[in-house]
Amino acid sequence: MYELALLAMFPGGRMLIYALPLIVVVSLVYGATRHETWPAILKHSWDTAVWIVGFMGVVFLVILISGMLG
Amino acid sequence: MPTDNGSKQNASDQDIYAPVPVDLKNPTTAAILAWLIPGAGHLYQGRTGKGILFMVCILSIYFLGLSMGGGRVVYAKWDNDDKRLPFICQLGVGLPTMPAVVQAALVRQKMAPIEFGGVPFMAPPMGEPEMAELHRKYGFLFEMGTLYTMIAGLLNVLVIYDAAAGPVWTIPDSEKKKKKKGKPEDASDGEGSDPNSPEAERAESTSSV
Repeated sequence: MYELALLAMFPGGRMLIYALPLIVVVSLVYGATRHETWPAILKHSWDTAVWIVGFMGVVFLVILISGMLG
Repeated sequence: MPTDNGSKQNASDQDIYAPVPVDLKNPTTAAILAWLIPGAGHLYQGRTGKGILFMVCILSIYFLGLSMGGGRVVYAKWDNDDKRLPFICQLGVGLPTMPAVVQAALVRQKMAPIEFGGVPFMAPPMGEPEMAELHRKYGFLFEMGTLYTMIAGLLNVLVIYDAAAGPVWTIPDSEKKKKKKGKPEDASDGEGSDPNSPEAERAESTSSV
């Protein structure tokens, strides 16, 4: 339960703000190195950003659950 | 020769992911320029939009990271005490990392590093005590700044490749799934109304590059 209380306080939440510029920049640059037209670049960038956030979410859940079990 | 940015292709093909002809001019020159200043290679090739995008994105996170660590997160040092491995990644940004090389050369020759406003900008720290002081002063921002500048350098490697060889044409996973479902009409927004775009057409358009 201690982990859930920690989650409620979300002590490292403010650190996530540092991930935002990186997610935006990495997605845009990655998308732009795969396409030449703006619609394709933006669509690919959006997909990449969603993938990164999803990956971070999965890692977060794994760590959270392993913390609760351990 | 101006770059064909694919607008004509889109009008007829309607497949926004189809490869379009790209005039790379001199790829070696473009790659060198892209390394020296992120985006410069694309500007040289006339791919202005992408050049500006790369320049703004990469230089902004590079300088943001640099400022997080007070201009000390990018430094070159390679001796028995400290092997600054992040600098290998940071080198990808090109010219903006060169002050670190100059400062490292000065320190190696037992000369005092150049200071800007009292700060030995991009100079390697003089031993453990100064390193500890930097970490005490900037806290986690020192590591965060290092990470930002490393990512900027690594991203520029992708940009250099793009300048030298053109885009690595790939279709986003979401679009692949759409096409696998085999619903030609669900391509949405009228943008992808031609999902049957044959591979032969793609090959043809790439070969014209």
